[in-house]
Parts: sequence; structure tokens; C-alpha cells
Amino acid sequence: MTAHAAPAPGPGEPDQPTAGQHRPGPAAACGNGSGRGSGGTAAGPGDEGTAGAGATGAGVTGGGLAGGGLAGDGGAVAGPGDEGTAGAGVTGDGGAVAGPGDEGTAGAGVTGAGVAGDGGAVAGPGDEGMADDGLAIHRGAGLADAAGTVAGAVADAHRREWTFVLAATARVTRDLDAAEECVQDAYVAALDAWARQGVPRNPGAWLTTAARRRALDLLRRDRTLRSKLPLLIVPEPAHAPAADVAAQAEDGAEMIGDDRLRLIFTCCHPALAREAQVALTLRLVCGLSTAEIARAFVVSETTMAARVTRAKKKISAARIAYRVPEAAELPDRLDAVLTVVHLLYTTGHTAPDGPDLVRADLVERAIDLARMLRELMPDEPEVRGLLALLLITNARRATRTDSRGNMLLLEDQDRSLWDSRAIAEGAALVLDALRGGRPGRFALQAAIAAVHAEAPSYARTDWPQLLQLYDALLRAWPSPVVALNRAVVVAMVSGPAAALDEIARLEQDGRLGAYRYLPATKADLLRRLGRNADAERAYQAALELTANAAERAFIARRIAEMSA
Amino acid sequence: MAKYAILIYESEKSYADGGADAWQAVGEAHGRFAQQVGEKGGTIVGGDALEPTATATSIRSDVVTDGPFTETKEALGGFYLIEARDLDHAIEIAKLCPAQFGGVEVRPVMDTSNM
Repeated sequence: MTAHAAPAPGPGEPDQPTAGQHRPGPAAACGNGSGRGSGGTAAGPGDEGTAGAGATGAGVTGGGLAGGGLAGDGGAVAGPGDEGTAGAGVTGDGGAVAGPGDEGTAGAGVTGAGVAGDGGAVAGPGDEGMADDGLAIHRGAGLADAAGTVAGAVADAHRREWTFVLAATARVTRDLDAAEECVQDAYVAALDAWARQGVPRNPGAWLTTAARRRALDLLRRDRTLRSKLPLLIVPEPAHAPAADVAAQAEDGAEMIGDDRLRLIFTCCHPALAREAQVALTLRLVCGLSTAEIARAFVVSETTMAARVTRAKKKISAARIAYRVPEAAELPDRLDAVLTVVHLLYTTGHTAPDGPDLVRADLVERAIDLARMLRELMPDEPEVRGLLALLLITNARRATRTDSRGNMLLLEDQDRSLWDSRAIAEGAALVLDALRGGRPGRFALQAAIAAVHAEAPSYARTDWPQLLQLYDALLRAWPSPVVALNRAVVVAMVSGPAAALDEIARLEQDGRLGAYRYLPATKADLLRRLGRNADAERAYQAALELTANAAERAFIARRIAEMSA
Repeated sequence: MAKYAILIYESEKSYADGGADAWQAVGEAHGRFAQQVGEKGGTIVGGDALEPTATATSIRSDVVTDGPFTETKEALGGFYLIEARDLDHAIEIAKLCPAQFGGVEVRPVMDTSNM
């Protein structure tokens, strides 16, 4: 609930609309390597250790590794305090709302001092309520009273409407940088205009009109300059050759509806490296500042700025079209988008240490994005699957560590602390996602998460059903990490000895050679068989591959038990 | 429409080992490709095959050396210049380009008409 609300743009810094520096606390370390993996597909062996580990982390490893004995949930460790700020309300009561105490600060901002301030970033009692308050401002209300609320309303509109406004503006400017500039200007203008005239009934429409008007001005002024720039390709529906037109009219054309989808598909284009996709999505789709993104991925701001600039340049120079893929390409292209959103989530979810602020923000952003995709593509089962997976994983977040920050195994977690409302919402989505046809990897991971989340206790988990789901997941997504997690379920169904056979196969396979959860899982199975000396050796092997302090502490405790 | 170069990088050794049969098969494949580009709505504007890197001469600051600019296992062995709607279209076409012993790289051609 902390700071996923991007504060309003400060007039003095048009390039930093979200004013990252106003967020308290130093950078969070979110480096499980997610942003830095190769640009390849998530299931490749090379990815498993880096990006892939992140990509698979939350869902696949969710129950599996917990059973295997290493990570409590999600295959990674939350630092102390991670959960506290996150709060239980996943589903929409955290918001971009200025609490009453902040209005003073924010108000000062409206008069020019740097608006963003704390106002926008502080979660109030619920943003629905606040939005209403915003709408209720009457023309002529005292400026001093209204100012704080206006800043809050602008901050709220930044979080809720940024994607929509930018996406619509980009189609006019046909240049992403210019679009960003116009949208930032529109948010600045809103602070002043809304303070004088009241918050409009539809802030998104107001902002879009303002930004597009500005874009047209810019277009007129810079006509000569722009004629030298490569422009964003915005295809008309009729661009296809005759042979394709009929097919497109049937399936492709209706999909081109909302500019937000064009924007996110462009940011996640496969011709961009995964780290560029992630950075662009945060920058353009979520409206985060370069500084914020840099902090989230533990790289310097210069590095992140260069990454974003390079990606934008490639989009225009290589003519990556600003469009939603046609039906034939959609499954692959959608998978890339979902992978990016999932990566954002796991980066927030599995950070090794650091203050929780930016990390919690990433988690909320990812869930917001998944919700947006669900709204825009309501019939895609994998979109439902991803949203369900994030909701259910997040619902268990509070119990991943104990009060001192020590990791807790799934079997030791207090299930009464799980967010039952989020689990119920996720479980309903899973049912939808599994309906009709062959379920995809996100739907299946969500189903696995749901089985864990709905089990009354670890012992009473429906392991046979989990095994079926893992079998299906392995078919949909033949990844050795999935196979490893499946092995953990095999242990619950057929005993540790059977699971060890699976582990041996994975050891021979070799692709998980550097994957710490392989020896860790093996160690746990050996421990359960009472083969303490063998277990200790495997724990040692896991320790050598483990950098995270909390995970190392956990393994060290196990080693001590084995040699006791 | 925009211009893209499709650069074909392949193992020269595989061609040498393959002999005349390999050459003939590759020649036929390129014939089919030329036809497919039109069917996909693109245009081939130019292109050629290059003699192997053993015939290359490199020049850096007036210093002339025998051999390619950089030694790589897969060397630039030919190229096409095509016209396509956008990168997706260019990639769709490039996927059809024969490169049995390596792969291809797609590069947008710089528009210098306004410079």
C-alpha cells in the first residue's frame, strides 16, 4: 500500500514526472537477475538461472520448493519488513490517495514548489473514496483546501490513466519521446487547471485531450524537424496485402481497439531484449521515472536511461509497428507480454534484501498491469491465468518469513494470515482460465498455486491433483525447473525415493547445474529418508550456489541439524 | 514501405564440405525465396552472394591486410535488400531466407534522404 502511486509531476522537472526522489528510503535491491537475463524465451535452459528463475519463481516454485525444503514460497526470500507495508489488500484498496495529513505538503506543491511530494505517494483509506472526493470538488472551492486534493487527484490519475493517455497520444505524435513530453505537460497543466476549475468528471479524457492538443501544436511547430525523424509506424487496418485482408477483417481488425494494447505490445516486442522490454514497460506503460526503474533493477540511472533510449531508438529506426499483433502471432506475442509482467512481479517478490518500498511498488504495478490486460483482453485464458497466479502468490506474501525475517517453509506458514479474498478471486479466475481447450503455462501455474492456497493444511494438500497439474504444465512448458518442482510433488505422492530418481535424471540432464534449488531439493529428500550424511553433502552443494543471506542461513541450520 | 538489409551469416566450412550438391540446393532455395518475398507482399530491391572470406582484403587506416575484418565462425556470405512494411513484415520475410549453415540478421537501412 505504500508508494505504488506515482506522485504528480513537478513543474520544475518535466522529465521526471513520477519524481522518484520523493519516495523515502534508499534503493531496493531487486536483483534476482530478472531484468538482466538473456532476451530469449523464458523456458530456455540458459534462462533458468537468470531471467528464467525469476520468470518461473513465484508460480512454479510456489509450492514445489516449499515442499522441497528451501524456499518458503516463491523460491525466494523476502527481506524483513517486506510484508508489513504490503498490507493485505491486494485487490484494490491500496491507492494513489493523499491522506489528509499530506494535503498541506501537496498543496504547497501546486503553487510551484515541487508538487509530487508525499501527497501522491501515501496510501489513504481507499482510493475509490478519494476519487469521489476529487469529483466532488466544486468550482470556486477555496484554493488552499482544494489544492491538496487536486494533487491527490492528479497523482491518482497518473497511476490510473497514464497508460491510456500516453498510448492515445503516441498515435498522434508517432514519436514516443514526444508523446511522453506532451503527456507530462498535460499532467502539469492539470494541477493548475483542476485547482481552478475542479477535478473533471473524467480525468483520463481531460488529460488525453490536453496531451493530444499539445501534440498537435508540437506537430505544427516542428514539422520540418519531424520530417527528418523516423516516425512510429501506426498501420491502418488496410495495410495488409489483399490475401490477408479478409482474414484480418475477421480476427485481427477487432483486436485493434484500445491504444493501451498497442503500447504494451510495442514495448514487449520480441525484437527488443527482455531487459529492454521490462524497462520500456515500466517507463511507458506504467509511467515510472528512469530513476525509479534504475533503482528497482539495481543499475545506475545512466545505465537505465541508456537502455530506455536505445530501445526507443530501435522502435523508430527499425520500424517496430505500433500495433496489436494479428491473431496468428498473438499467442507468442502475448506470452512475451505476460512474461514481462510476471518478471516485474517476481522482481518485486523475490528481492534478496533492501527496503521494501520499490519492491512493493513493483508487485502492485505488476498486478495493476495484469488487471489492465484482463480488462483489455477478457477472453484470453492466459491473461486470466497470469492475474490469478499473481493474486494467489501475493495473497500468501505475509507469511513467507517470520517476524525476524527468517524464511518459513510452506508447511510452517500460518494459513490464517493468507488473504482469503485475493485467493478466492484468483481461484475463480483459474477456473475460467482452465475452461476450454488446452491450458497454458500461466493458467496451470495459477491452478497449482490455487491448490496450495486452498488446502486447509500442508498435510491435507491434494498432492495427486497437483501431480496431474504438474504433468500438464510440463507438457505445456517443458522446462527443467518445472520438472524439479514436479519431483517435489512426486515425493509427496510416491515418497522421497521415487522423487530422488527424478532428481537423478535432472542431474544427468545438466541444464540445472548451477541451479541452487536442485541440490537443495535433493538434500531435503535425503534428509527425509534419514540419509543424513548424503543430505549434508547436498546441502553443502546448495550452499555453494546460494548468495542470498537468508537462504544461506536456512541451509546452514539444516547442515547443523544433519551433523548433530 | 521501408528498406531492410537481410545479412546472411553462414559457416563457410559447411559450404566447402557440402560441395556442388550443397550449392545447387542452396541456389534452388534462393530461387524459391525470391518468389516467396513477392507472395508475402515485400519486394527484393537488391542483393548478392559474396565470395568466401579467404578472398577478402581489409583496410584499416591505410594498412592493407589479407582476410576479413573480423574472423568469425559464421561469416557474412551474402545479403538481400528488401522493402517491407515494418519490422514484423521484414522478419516474416527474413525467416524464409535460406541460411542452412547459419542465420540471418535484419537491419533497417538508414533513411538519408532528409539529411
